[in-house]
Amino acid sequence: MKTLRWAWQFLWSRPLAAALNLLLLSLGLAFITLVLLVNHQIQQAFARDLAGIDVVVGAKGSPLQLILSGVFQIDTPTGNVPLADVQALQANPQVAKLIPISMGDSFKGYRIIGTTPDYMSHYAGVMASGAMWQAPMQAVLGAKVARDTGLRVGDSFAGSHGLGGGGHAHGQTPYTVTGVLAPSGSVMDRLILTPTESVWRVHEKDTALDAVDQKILEEEREVTLALIQYRSPLAAVTFPRFINTSTNMQAASPALEISRLLGLIGIGADVLRAFAGVLLLTAGLGVFIALWSAVRERRADLALLRMLGAAPRQLAALLWCEALWLALLASLLGMALGQGVAALLAVALDVDKSISLAALNWPVELLAVPALALGVAAASALLPTWEAYRVSVFELLQSR
Amino acid sequence: MIRTQGLAYAYAGGSTLHFGDVMVPQGGVLLLKGASGAGKSTWLALAAGLVAPSQGQIEVAGQVLEGGATDRWRARHIGFLPQKLHLSPALSVHDNLALAQWAAGQPEDADRIASSLAALGVGELAQRKPAQLSGGQAQRVALARAVLLQPQVILADEPTASLDDAAAAQAAHLLAQVAAQQGATLVVASHDARLLQFFTQAGPVSVLNLALPQRAGVAA
Repeated sequence: MKTLRWAWQFLWSRPLAAALNLLLLSLGLAFITLVLLVNHQIQQAFARDLAGIDVVVGAKGSPLQLILSGVFQIDTPTGNVPLADVQALQANPQVAKLIPISMGDSFKGYRIIGTTPDYMSHYAGVMASGAMWQAPMQAVLGAKVARDTGLRVGDSFAGSHGLGGGGHAHGQTPYTVTGVLAPSGSVMDRLILTPTESVWRVHEKDTALDAVDQKILEEEREVTLALIQYRSPLAAVTFPRFINTSTNMQAASPALEISRLLGLIGIGADVLRAFAGVLLLTAGLGVFIALWSAVRERRADLALLRMLGAAPRQLAALLWCEALWLALLASLLGMALGQGVAALLAVALDVDKSISLAALNWPVELLAVPALALGVAAASALLPTWEAYRVSVFELLQSR
Repeated sequence: MIRTQGLAYAYAGGSTLHFGDVMVPQGGVLLLKGASGAGKSTWLALAAGLVAPSQGQIEVAGQVLEGGATDRWRARHIGFLPQKLHLSPALSVHDNLALAQWAAGQPEDADRIASSLAALGVGELAQRKPAQLSGGQAQRVALARAVLLQPQVILADEPTASLDDAAAAQAAHLLAQVAAQQGATLVVASHDARLLQFFTQAGPVSVLNLALPQRAGVAA
């Protein structure tokens, strides 16, 4: 403990050098923290929203777009598919669960999703207030939607055409809020859920010219896509091929598409990691130079300590503890800085209404930050520590 | 007590320095005289057990130092006053002494530090940094550090170098006084003629003349 105390005092005896080294090391660690945090949370968000969904079936187009729009609600869908085709899939023996998703409208930037109560059961949604819808044109709000729009149970609102907001309002067909979901951290938090029939009704009422036209529209009803859970894992081999070759729809495997996406994101993360690595290397060099010059400057003082009875390992420990302090302080500062930037990023993404990042998240991966700091500091201190270890008192006596 | 017999030290370069024999009783004073390069530092290093003699024998504080000495032995038996004092500027006066206790592997003893500083008349300076001390005060603090662990032998390396006459006399007086109070054997390595004069007038003193290139003679 005493060694730590002396090391602390010696470290701060050159405050500018210590502060600059601390800053450099902290910046590198902050970068690492940020990359780890964002990576962890994106993977967690993907894992949470994809849980239990084996395949997504929708209109032909980009399979990744289908997954992003259908599961994560962060892209535009590839188109619509006939309701009859999806109902036929429901009867397929390989399908254990099918959740239809219809989209096209939004309210203040939040998507209105036509679906069935199965969607909420799938993500284990819990009502914070109100109750499940009982009829078309009733809606249940995700926690974030309710928070941001101020809508409460019993309130009415009219959706606007399009997913990004700014489209024309469907003023003739307002929704009534029957419930608000508790926050779940899943995609549901930023959705407005309503029976599929609501979406049909809004658009049919807006476009039908007369009763006959209404009848035709009803016969041509569509949904945007379907989230499907297989009855058996073996279905993964045959079901997508069946959809892709025998129907006008496409089947996209979330696991496959997301691993492809993460591969793309991974390149960016690797670049950030490499940048952080360069920063850490520079910081390591800074720490090395600081400790090396500390040994050089204090060589005679260290020799005197040897004369007073200090063992070589005591002097080495003294130097090593200085590096340890730097590592410890830089870890704390770096993680705080990384969390701060992640929090800012979370705010920015929140504004975008895309993937939710939680500020002040402490995944176990963050243990890598102090470990890295210790590693860099220990490596940087290696040579100076050795130099301190072999300080010669004889030289001190002879140098005048 | 310090006793040497046929003492010699062989440098890595091949040359060997031979020293005259000395016998200094416990509480006595030994003055190492000689120009730079005459071997004063080597003799001090041998007495501190930092290096081992290549020939002969050296006995310090009852211990024959055949192959040098351990750090702990040095901490217990040797007090050292270096020429440049080497008080750490980052630490207060009190902490400079506490650091010496840490170096010696001992727990911090604030009372002993306070009494050691007080004995040298610098007790009220405990919280100051070395940069805030005068030259004389700094030397007293360094001396307090040297005798903090009540060593049996005090080694002083050029204690009066770069001091004016008055300050040199004061430093020599202080050294002699502290060594006497502690009952420690005092070894002073110096080429300062004023010190010889002071110690000869003060009482019995052993003098080891170290002459270039190698031979040394003893006078008492």
